[in-house]
Amino acid sequence: MNNHAEKTDKNAIIRMFHVHMRYDAKHALADISIDITKNEFVFITGPSGAGKTTLLKSLYLAQPVTEGQILVDGMNLSRIPKRRIPFLRRKFGIIFQDFKLIPSKTVYDNVALVLEAMGKKPRLIQKKVKSVLRVVGMEDRAQAYPLSLSGGEQQRVAVARAVAGDPKIILADEPTGSLDSQSADTIFTLLEMFHTRGATVIIATHDQRLIERTSRRIVQLEAGRLQSVADI
Amino acid sequence: MKQHIKRTVKDILTHRFLNAVTIVTFAFAVLIVGAFGLFFINANHTMDTWKKGIRMLVYLKPGTSEAARLDAKFRLQDIAGVKEAVFVSKTEALTNLRELMKNRASLLDNLRENPLPDAFEITIDPSVRPESGMSSLAERITALSSVEEVEYGQKWVERFTGFVNLFKFTGYGLGCLFFIATVFIVANTIRLVLYSRREEIEIMRLVGATDRFIKEPFYYQGLIQGALGSAVGLLVLFFIYLSMVNQVDKGFASDLISLRFFDIGVILEIVLIGMVVGWIGSFVSLKQFFR
Ligand SMILES: Nc1ncnc2c1ncn2[C@@H]1O[C@H](COP(=O)(O)OP(=O)(O)OP(=O)(O)O)[C@@H](O)[C@H]1O
Ligand SMILES: [Mg+2]
Repeated sequence: MNNHAEKTDKNAIIRMFHVHMRYDAKHALADISIDITKNEFVFITGPSGAGKTTLLKSLYLAQPVTEGQILVDGMNLSRIPKRRIPFLRRKFGIIFQDFKLIPSKTVYDNVALVLEAMGKKPRLIQKKVKSVLRVVGMEDRAQAYPLSLSGGEQQRVAVARAVAGDPKIILADEPTGSLDSQSADTIFTLLEMFHTRGATVIIATHDQRLIERTSRRIVQLEAGRLQSVADI
Repeated sequence: MKQHIKRTVKDILTHRFLNAVTIVTFAFAVLIVGAFGLFFINANHTMDTWKKGIRMLVYLKPGTSEAARLDAKFRLQDIAGVKEAVFVSKTEALTNLRELMKNRASLLDNLRENPLPDAFEITIDPSVRPESGMSSLAERITALSSVEEVEYGQKWVERFTGFVNLFKFTGYGLGCLFFIATVFIVANTIRLVLYSRREEIEIMRLVGATDRFIKEPFYYQGLIQGALGSAVGLLVLFFIYLSMVNQVDKGFASDLISLRFFDIGVILEIVLIGMVVGWIGSFVSLKQFFR
């Protein structure tokens, strides 16, 4: 056990120690301790309201935890000054449960925004945005606005935005939530591709189809508590 | 830099309506302050031309000898504030009167002798302050031995100057007030913009944008809104001014009032101040929004 912990210590990109999160009286996360290794592909699953989204949020400091410690790629989240938070977030490519695309910006500009915020050169931005849009098959809709797209298309744009900045960690919250099985497959294959390219991928989902067909590690949440860490 | 401006322009085009609201707000403020300033400038200018034209008539006692008259002329010209003293004999005065009366001049034919006195027409140095200097000047002239009476349009000059002075002080006060009000209004409009875009701002933060990156276009927007708003306000003011010039030209007062607009330096200053106000407005609202 000790031996194992030390091995993961070196390779862990995310470490959570006894993390608690309370919304007022409600315990959304209770005593979560977990390590996630570099280039791992992890599922976080559990019924609605189990705390999946909350767990992901705690990683990129959308919600500070009430108790416990989190390390992300060597950064201790409880010690990050406010002005450094953007740099923590650039380690992540996040596919939000509700997409969070900016409705007043085109598909292209939504994806480009991430790179602009990182201060990349315009020429590089142009090249990169085109390439990720091509990868998700949305290059034809680059000038469309998010609200004119179908749910699946919006999700693909969200994926493109998440991976545009070559993040170390991809967080996908219910990435196949409202999709038919074919669109879900496309998204899932994309995530696997970025995993093979070296990214750590964490998927929160209660989509049983997705979980059943993989042999990946599954983290089970139940009312904010870790149920089992199924390593396979 | 180029990228930021590009982002800003894109932003403005995307949020046309809210930007238009801010610009119109700005234009209104500039229009009001500008109208005030313009009135003040013109009132001052008109005052100056009037002052230049202010004459005093110094009537001599009947039967003043030629030598006494000459003496009076020198004494008058020695008095500070007198620019020039021109003698108008009673004969000349009568001729002038005839000319003024034109076709009714025959009335004057019945006069057995010229009832008009000899006089000096005095041009006053513009440095004499009409509200205080005129009366003391008149007093000193009246003290001369051969002088019977002094006449000048004192009352209205005094009143008008008082009015302009009152206006000057309330003008400064109102100017300051409007400046603060404009900053406040602009800050509020920008806060409205920020509020309506809070979701977008939150998303930008979530994908790793720094506050500085998010704020930057708003500062540029403030500058552009300030410049455009002032320009629009001044343009509207200019059209109002043009129509007023037309009215005055057609009207009776064309000789008395000569209107003019801000010169180019002042216009640039106003636009510059507008930009500063826009920047301050952005600063204030961003400060509140990003706490
Ligand atoms: N901002 C909030 N304020 C108060 N309670 C919250 C807030 N966000 C989440 N919760 C509560 O915390 C618990 C966990 O929510 P969370 O969104 O993490 O669940 P989830 O596992 O992602 O569910 P789902 O599968 O429906 O997305 C829920 O009971 C929810 O009601
Ligand atoms: Mg959720």
